[in-house]
Amino acid sequence: MPPDLWSLYTLMLKSRLLEEAIAKLWYDGLISGEMHLGTGEEAIIAGVVAHLHEGDAMALDHRGSAALLMRGVAPVLILRELLGYPDGLCGGMGGHMHLFSKEYLTASSGIVGAEGPTAAGFALSAQYLRPGSIAVAFFGEGAMNQGMLMESMNLASAWNLPVLFVCKDDGWAITTQSERVTGGDLNERARGLGIPAAKVDGCDVSEVWEASHPAIERARSGQGPTFLHARCVHFEGHFLGFQLIRIVRDPLREMPEIAVRLTHSFLRPGGAALRERLAGLETVLAAVLSTVRDPRQDSANDPVRRARTPLQSNPVRLQELEDQVEKEISNVLASALVEVPS
Amino acid sequence: MRTMYFTQAVDDALAQAMADDPRIILFGEDTPLLRRNLLVRFGPRRVRGTPISESAFLGAGVAAAMAGLRPVVEMYMVDFLGVCMDALLNHAAKIEAFSGGKWTAPIVVRTPCGGGYGDGGQHEQSLWGWLAHIPGLTVLVPSTPADAGGLMLAALQHDGPVIFFEHKLLSETWLELLGSGGRRTVQYDVPAGGTKNVVPQKWEPIPIGKSVLRRAGGDLTIISVGVGVHRALEAAQAFESEGISAGVLDLRTIFPLDKTAVREAVAQTGRLLVVDEDYEGFGLSGELSAVVLEAGISCKYARVCTQTTVPYARHLEDQILPNRQRIYASAKQLMQ
Repeated sequence: MPPDLWSLYTLMLKSRLLEEAIAKLWYDGLISGEMHLGTGEEAIIAGVVAHLHEGDAMALDHRGSAALLMRGVAPVLILRELLGYPDGLCGGMGGHMHLFSKEYLTASSGIVGAEGPTAAGFALSAQYLRPGSIAVAFFGEGAMNQGMLMESMNLASAWNLPVLFVCKDDGWAITTQSERVTGGDLNERARGLGIPAAKVDGCDVSEVWEASHPAIERARSGQGPTFLHARCVHFEGHFLGFQLIRIVRDPLREMPEIAVRLTHSFLRPGGAALRERLAGLETVLAAVLSTVRDPRQDSANDPVRRARTPLQSNPVRLQELEDQVEKEISNVLASALVEVPS
Repeated sequence: MRTMYFTQAVDDALAQAMADDPRIILFGEDTPLLRRNLLVRFGPRRVRGTPISESAFLGAGVAAAMAGLRPVVEMYMVDFLGVCMDALLNHAAKIEAFSGGKWTAPIVVRTPCGGGYGDGGQHEQSLWGWLAHIPGLTVLVPSTPADAGGLMLAALQHDGPVIFFEHKLLSETWLELLGSGGRRTVQYDVPAGGTKNVVPQKWEPIPIGKSVLRRAGGDLTIISVGVGVHRALEAAQAFESEGISAGVLDLRTIFPLDKTAVREAVAQTGRLLVVDEDYEGFGLSGELSAVVLEAGISCKYARVCTQTTVPYARHLEDQILPNRQRIYASAKQLMQ
């Protein structure tokens, strides 16, 4: 059975528009602290979540809005949570990094790697209470270096737990390029723990859907966990207002102060020899330059755009669908912004 | 006279120490970019980035300290110590005892803490009481740039594990990174005196375990640390017009606790109000009451602390963190 590209595109577009609305709320100052969007990883989330049924569980990281929305949580509840209202998804207590839905057996965490143990535990309870149900863990490649994730992959393997471990790899662990701090190959790591591993293009929703289908069926039928490694791009970097992206987008505003202090420090007597100082400078420049060369700039890496391409053969239906989704999200935004009567 | 921002002061003191002592190295997640000014002066061998592997790099920091280095290990937020507590609880804190006093781990764990900018309950905790509970750990919570730099220098010279806290509302870089993110549309209740202030020409260590009386007062003693000190000072200022003279004692060090100063101040006023952003139960606020009781000092006592998980919503968060209104109300009650 091939994937239903229309419904996958609908999920992805809804999520993209919702997160663009969230970004606007953040820039307007209606959201106070950090904001990690999942824009760029929609194909991974949609390609996996489309397979989930009642009784399946999800363990999410600090970018959980897309998965919750696609799983069926009303978007207005997510928005009102992010705005801190008492009738938000978690009563205004959680915020975007700590989104919970008991109804959909979904828990989020702002602690990198915590998705591993959580998914293992959800899967363990499924073995006893909901045979045939599974748990999905979504995390970034940075989390792959976190002990608790590796330990839970081993546990899932040893206990044959029905888990799909989904690694959303954008190549960056916050401002650190992951390849600089990661040894070996991630798929080989999973295989070393006895877990089958597959590599997919995380910008291609069909590919994700097709790879996760047998993995999820495998888990449902009691054959244990699978590791799915999907490359993607985060358009906004680690979080909104990400300094490296700000430098690239608006160097005249961002650079002067940084450059003055860097130069001052570079020239200050006492400290390392020139060669070491230059190596330090190179590290800083490399981070900035790799942001400039970033695949974020390339629209071929936009999963929503790519999911749309095959649907353009039916422009009337596509237009109708997009109008409908846009209208839905704009209605959601309008009702989310209604103040709570005091 | 020179002035500095809070984190700038910490980094400046660190730089002074690094120039003098080649054993000092820094590492942590994103440390090369967070400490880029130190990176370009001291090079990538001394300022290193780590994977997101707190158990590994904090544990390694402890052992590296035992084996001759003076590592400063950065924890992105104190909340994340939950991931790697073993390195502190069962290792760093116990080596001196286990070795019969022959071996120590002179590591500095530098970590942002605290709330007031809407990041929710996994990113805005204080937890100094939790750490100070463990024998063997030294716990520092500076409230001004001058103290931050001086205490960092003391931490680097200390012959054992030190946890060095940087409150995010005081830190110009952390608040920018995690809060505003370049926006001008958000505002935070930042205590001005704590964020940018006068610092010494050359850094000298501030003795660990020495509190400082920020304000003298005969009717009431308010004891606090970090941002709480500034909230307490504002409240004390407000009392003046009502004829109430409130003193503010800034502990600066949670462990070892300056018990002498606490007892002296409370014995004089007979009223103790603790303002502590950390959790209320089983922590600093209760400890201070014990210190006073053990000395046989009788006093009226109240505390303004955090009692629950820190809510995400800003208006809820503002209510549960120690704020001026709560301090004011508790102090009024003590004065009755």
